[in-house]
Amino acid sequence: MIGTGLLLRHYLRRDRWMLLAWSVGIAMLYVSQAVSVEGLYATQGEFDTAAAAMQSNAAFVAMAGPARALNTVGGQVAWQATAFGAITAGLMSMFLVVRHTRAEEESGRDEMLRAAAIGRRATTVATMMLALIANLMAGALVTLSLVAVSLATQDSVALGLGVAAVGMVFASAALLAAQLTSSPRAAYGITGAVIGASYVLRAIGDVGWPVLSWLSPIGWYQSIHAFSGLRWWPLVLLILAAAGVSTAALWTFGRRDHGAGVFAARPGPARASGFLSTPLGLAWRLQRGGVVGWTVGLFLTGLAYGSLGSGVGDLLGDSATTEEMFVRGGADLVKGFYATAILMLALLSCGYAISSAMRPRHEEASGLLEVLLATGLSRTRWLAVQVLLTVSGTCLVVVSSGLGLGMGYTLAADDPTTGATYLLATVPYVAPVLVLSAIARLLYGLAPRLTSLAWAGLVFAFVVMLFGGVFRMPQWLQDLSPFHHLAATPAEDFRWQPFGALALLAAMTSAVGQVLFRRRDLEVR
Amino acid sequence: MSDPIEIHGLVKSFGNFRALDGLDLSVASGEVHGFLGPNGSGKSTTIRVLLGLLRSSGGTVRLLGGDPWADAATLHRRLAYVPGDVTLWPNLTGGEVIDLLGRLRGGLDEGRRATLIERFELDPSKKGRTYSKGNRQKVALIAALASDVELLLLDEPTSGLDPLMEAVFQQCVEDFRADGGTVLLSSHILAEVERLCDRVSIIRTGRVVESGTLSGLRHLTRTTVRAETRRRVEGLDDLAGLHDLLVDGHRVAFEVDTPEIGAALAVLQQAGISTLSATPPTLEELFLRHYGDDLAEAGEPRR
Repeated sequence: MIGTGLLLRHYLRRDRWMLLAWSVGIAMLYVSQAVSVEGLYATQGEFDTAAAAMQSNAAFVAMAGPARALNTVGGQVAWQATAFGAITAGLMSMFLVVRHTRAEEESGRDEMLRAAAIGRRATTVATMMLALIANLMAGALVTLSLVAVSLATQDSVALGLGVAAVGMVFASAALLAAQLTSSPRAAYGITGAVIGASYVLRAIGDVGWPVLSWLSPIGWYQSIHAFSGLRWWPLVLLILAAAGVSTAALWTFGRRDHGAGVFAARPGPARASGFLSTPLGLAWRLQRGGVVGWTVGLFLTGLAYGSLGSGVGDLLGDSATTEEMFVRGGADLVKGFYATAILMLALLSCGYAISSAMRPRHEEASGLLEVLLATGLSRTRWLAVQVLLTVSGTCLVVVSSGLGLGMGYTLAADDPTTGATYLLATVPYVAPVLVLSAIARLLYGLAPRLTSLAWAGLVFAFVVMLFGGVFRMPQWLQDLSPFHHLAATPAEDFRWQPFGALALLAAMTSAVGQVLFRRRDLEVR
Repeated sequence: MSDPIEIHGLVKSFGNFRALDGLDLSVASGEVHGFLGPNGSGKSTTIRVLLGLLRSSGGTVRLLGGDPWADAATLHRRLAYVPGDVTLWPNLTGGEVIDLLGRLRGGLDEGRRATLIERFELDPSKKGRTYSKGNRQKVALIAALASDVELLLLDEPTSGLDPLMEAVFQQCVEDFRADGGTVLLSSHILAEVERLCDRVSIIRTGRVVESGTLSGLRHLTRTTVRAETRRRVEGLDDLAGLHDLLVDGHRVAFEVDTPEIGAALAVLQQAGISTLSATPPTLEELFLRHYGDDLAEAGEPRR
């Protein structure tokens, strides 16, 4: 354990901005619910009606959690923020833990550190302490921000402690995953699956089989019933689980070789297939996991939205402000709701489109590109292949989200014609999604280190979608979001001009990035 | 036919930093050319300009008769490159990478691929993330040597190889030259350079400070002479080009500028030589002389 403190200080210094961003983000998730609900309903009567409708909708319960005291601001916060707060804390913990354990081990840096005069467990223990600090910081910010908007102190403290505890459960899961496999990517995969399963288990549990919710850490967190008869004891479950899994991970750590996982790395083919030896085959091989993952994920998300069926009308009630938030396009309530759902799916698809457009940056920074471009492969062709994969992958992801939406709706409402309309309504969103991914490419062409700024474009589009109307953002500011120009299908009729203009903008932005890349120095180590 | 590599007055700046400052280098067809210099002197930068990965800021660069920036992909079909620190895709096997790089260069010699895998004792079915440093180098070396190319650009290619594999590598380079290939070999392993290279260029702070055949370079430097004579030696002090003279009775030791060695021996002969040894400078000494200049400039005592 010698050196743990030193390492922890080093980690804190390395990650200070990341920690700040994550914990502020998590706190925002909670407090923004409180703020937006506060002004949403004019009278308590209106609030009661909407709450009753939300409470009776199984799909909303499945998405958020058990519905309790929904006609209070506190109840709304606990309902809407806890599941996503827990997921975000889980993701933060996962990235922190794998980054400092398995990823360091793979890169060889860990070997260097462990050869120094530090204890064998120092890196692992310091990592868990870092995760604890990060989660406690996020929890403290949640509590403080909720108290600041005058919610009950005790319940706010419980929500904050709870998100920290559930984050630590996932941090322990990540630590265990990092012992099982020798690749950081697989460790991320396992932990991501654990987080996803926790969410799904409690979703099914909350709708009908309560016992399943008790198998999920997120379910435990929500069962503290903040702002609706608070009870503290489920927090003990979370703390015990985190301690138990961490202990198991440390036990496994003590019994494995450095660099190895519990599951041994398997050998692969000694020869490359003909397809792999082409630039496209290589790019596909490196990105196929991402394409498949995002396609399935967006399909399921679409399915979840679609299965709300035509009953969304009851849920929204007739509050004018709710309509403003959830419904686009005017005419028909149900179609308007699905126009918003499709926009949401498109914004989620940007996650794939931008991360795929950032792959070239990774290839370049790791030194792989240097060897590749020293062969007969030209820069132009290499990047063109990357673009081809990003564009076709984006189309696939967006269309699969629409397919899920259409299928879900068809199953729930027994109306295949409308289901098909919703699928078609998703397709035009390929254009604005590609605009955001083309921005990543433009930045990459300018200077690789700028590439991650492309995420800011997505954050901005999210803010405009969620708060543009409510906060009465100036029109010109909202117009900067590429999503804002498209016809809100299926509530409005599809219009060619904005779609064509966005597609052209995406193509031109990407082309400029590609030309700039051809003309700049490669970033070499 | 023009030389495979012709560089005149090459300048490369990164912001305010001038990494290459008027570098001249020419590598003739069929020769193995050693490229020596301290860390950070610009060897890798030069090679990356030759590969069209970096754009030159000034001067002229010709590679295989073409422009390395504009015709990069076409020229790359005729050459292979091995960096000093090979990165592999973590989820691709070594065999897959060899095939991939080979085919992207325009074709692999299947027979040679199999022979090389055997000679370098590489397990091609292991994933990239599980190879050690030396094994990653082997993957890149096999991919390069199994390709049908006329020029090899090797940037400290044997870092991490064991002495046995180092010997295999040297044999492979000699075979490649015997088949008429040209090699630019940047290396810190001076024994390797001494054995393989026909000509050598020494680079310092972005400029080539010495270039020529090994014997030519030796000619520019001092030879160490030790002798025992029957009588006391007279007149060595007056000789031009003589340094570090030590006289101990009938024994003398000195260093002499190689062109003056004849005159020095004539003086010794007058005293009657009983034993004599004359050692030409090793490459290491040549190299240290240029390091030594660096140290002198930095205000350190001259070695």
